Amino acid sequence: MSLLAILFLVLGLGLISWISARMRASRFVRGVGSDRPHSLPSYHGWYVGLWVTIPALLFLAVWASVSPGLISQAVLATPGAANLPAFGMERAAVLSEARAIATGAVHGGFHAQAASLAPAYRTAIMHYGLIGAAVTLILAFAGGAFAFTKVRSDFRARTRVERLVMGALLIASLIAILTTIGIFGSLVFESWRFFNMVSPLEFLFGTQWSPQTAIRADQVGSSGAFGAVALFWGTIFIGAIIAMIVAIPLGLMSAVYLTQYAKPSTRRWVKPILEILAGVPTVVYGYFAALTVAPALRDFAVMIGISNASSESALAAGIVMGVMIIPFVSSMADDSIAAVPQSMRDGSLAMGATPSETIRKVLLPAALPGVVGGVLLAVSRAIGETMIVVMAAGLAANLTLNPFASVTTVTTQIVQLLTGDQEFESAKTLAAFALGLVLFIVTLLLNIVALRVVKKYREAYD
Amino acid sequence: MTTNHKMIARDVSVFYGDKKAIDSVSIDVDMENVTAFIGPSGCGKSTFLRTLNRMNDTISIARVEGTIELDGEDIYASGMDVVQLRARVGMVFQKPNPFPKSIYENVAYGPRIHGLAAGKPEMDQVVEKSLRRAGLWDEVKDRLQDSGTALSGGQQQRLCIARAIAVDPEVILMDEPCSALDPIATAKIEELIHELRGRYAIVIVTHNMQQAARVSQRTAFFHLGTLVEYGETSEIFTNPRQEKTKDYITGRYG
Ligand SMILES: Nc1ncnc2c1ncn2[C@@H]1O[C@H](COP(=O)(O)OP(=O)(O)OP(=O)(O)O)[C@@H](O)[C@H]1O
Ligand SMILES: [Mg+2]
Repeated sequence: MSLLAILFLVLGLGLISWISARMRASRFVRGVGSDRPHSLPSYHGWYVGLWVTIPALLFLAVWASVSPGLISQAVLATPGAANLPAFGMERAAVLSEARAIATGAVHGGFHAQAASLAPAYRTAIMHYGLIGAAVTLILAFAGGAFAFTKVRSDFRARTRVERLVMGALLIASLIAILTTIGIFGSLVFESWRFFNMVSPLEFLFGTQWSPQTAIRADQVGSSGAFGAVALFWGTIFIGAIIAMIVAIPLGLMSAVYLTQYAKPSTRRWVKPILEILAGVPTVVYGYFAALTVAPALRDFAVMIGISNASSESALAAGIVMGVMIIPFVSSMADDSIAAVPQSMRDGSLAMGATPSETIRKVLLPAALPGVVGGVLLAVSRAIGETMIVVMAAGLAANLTLNPFASVTTVTTQIVQLLTGDQEFESAKTLAAFALGLVLFIVTLLLNIVALRVVKKYREAYD
Repeated sequence: MTTNHKMIARDVSVFYGDKKAIDSVSIDVDMENVTAFIGPSGCGKSTFLRTLNRMNDTISIARVEGTIELDGEDIYASGMDVVQLRARVGMVFQKPNPFPKSIYENVAYGPRIHGLAAGKPEMDQVVEKSLRRAGLWDEVKDRLQDSGTALSGGQQQRLCIARAIAVDPEVILMDEPCSALDPIATAKIEELIHELRGRYAIVIVTHNMQQAARVSQRTAFFHLGTLVEYGETSEIFTNPRQEKTKDYITGRYG
């Protein structure tokens, strides 16, 4: 029996047991007071249904991962396998071919031996398939029987089901956390290997970036240089400076307009449109930056007499990124302005302050921590943003203040280092992990600080 | 006759959307007088009070009909400057709402907006004078730079009163200024109202009958958006003309 069939069988059993336990529970006498049935019928249904399905499915999951190994073990133990090639890769090829023939995926084989092993495979698959199916069904029935005997009027099915739900939610959230820890761990590991080749001091404080390790030792720049300062500067220049110069005023002003001036009907359609900005794929922004904004800026720069203006400029990438970030800043600012109590606003207006005085002198100062938190979150997003800078910022690691010049960022370089044919052991490839680690740590810190700032401020009014 | 009334409201009706919250109310407010608005919850006391300095403008669905004059000038006329009006008719709210700024900055807020003090020494004087009048000076004079929100509820409310009188208003509107305060803080505010009475026209909304009797000279009883009775406080409390008023002040309303 195939895994899929068993899966459906178990689920079907679960459904049947859910229905029957429910029916049984709904016939409980409706007493009063402490005689009242503890749980609603559907909780009994869930209790039994979960007992039928969960142990069986857990077993099935484990079985699905171990049974292929058991099957090949069994095949290798047959006499026909004795004269298999000793060399690992060829041996594996023969085995997988035999397996394919056995399951009917292919007919004649490339290796003669494969066909002869196929029957052994077929029996082994049958054998273990039957064992798996039998154990699964036994578990399902045993679980069901166990749970069904408990369906009585005073059984606390609700409490049990709630506990199970809680467990499931806990596991779900742990998965996200564990993934993060895993990512961090692998970054640290690979970076450590990198720092064995290149000193961390050179990486963090060196200004020379040319990661191309040459193929022949006598080529120019054969050694490669990994001073990332120019990358850090480019990242900050685009993400934290230019983008924020665009995003902070525009985001704040739109938040102020939306919370203080816009009529509810206006707000109803302006706000969603603003939020659409956040949903535009970044590659589209990248296009826009590279094909529209960057050439226009270059022409402009040339016109005002900056001769070395590049067609890939920090300014183009920064401006477009700023536009992308506007919704973040504005929705955070919107929330924190809305969190300032109405009584503050009334108090100021009743003193004879105009709406704009009220905003400048009372609302914004009171909302400032929340706004700052929002800006920090936006910065952390901007410096991790990849697509726009890959398409519009360029690759030259320039340590420059000129916004019309081409600069490069950490994310651009990571993409650059990891795309194309790479050998995994070189400092060039590993440098990407070190860059990733730096980015990870910086964004993490920014997020932590931002969330603390926001939280502290929320407490002040609640 | 009309000349010695500070504010005159004639046939004032207020609508929230289609709902009528105030129905044709006429009232006069005099200088050197405390006028109390009493009445059951939801009868429109706050709504009417807010028409007197046009705070209803901040509610988009609110609409006011009728005329209200301040010194003979229609405050709802199109040429009326709301900023000026609110400087002349100040307001103190039910819940103390000092700004999250220093005590000093709270009081200096109004004078700054209206350009009432040139230079720091003059502003210092205005702040001190206002805090003294609000009876708060001695308690806060050594910590003017502390945050206004760090004061006790009663002190915060007196700070709000100081803030309101810092712009030298002529009328002060108070919407249940003591309802968030304990009896001692309440007594302080009542005392303060007594002292302020000589300089301003004061209108106070209150749910506390004794308070109305103690602090006011005139009392208006509202019921379901209408003005049921308006007259001398002593008259209203000892000898009300309307049956409804009598029921309400004797606590039989319900
Ligand atoms: N912003 C508003 N929008 C719509 N209706 C309102 C608004 N404010 C008040 N109302 C309505 O107007 C009526 C009068 O309300 P108002 O607040 O003036 O009563 P009040 O006498 O001050 O009551 P309380 O003693 O409880 O403060 C009530 O029915 C209320 O529901
Ligand atoms: Mg009220």
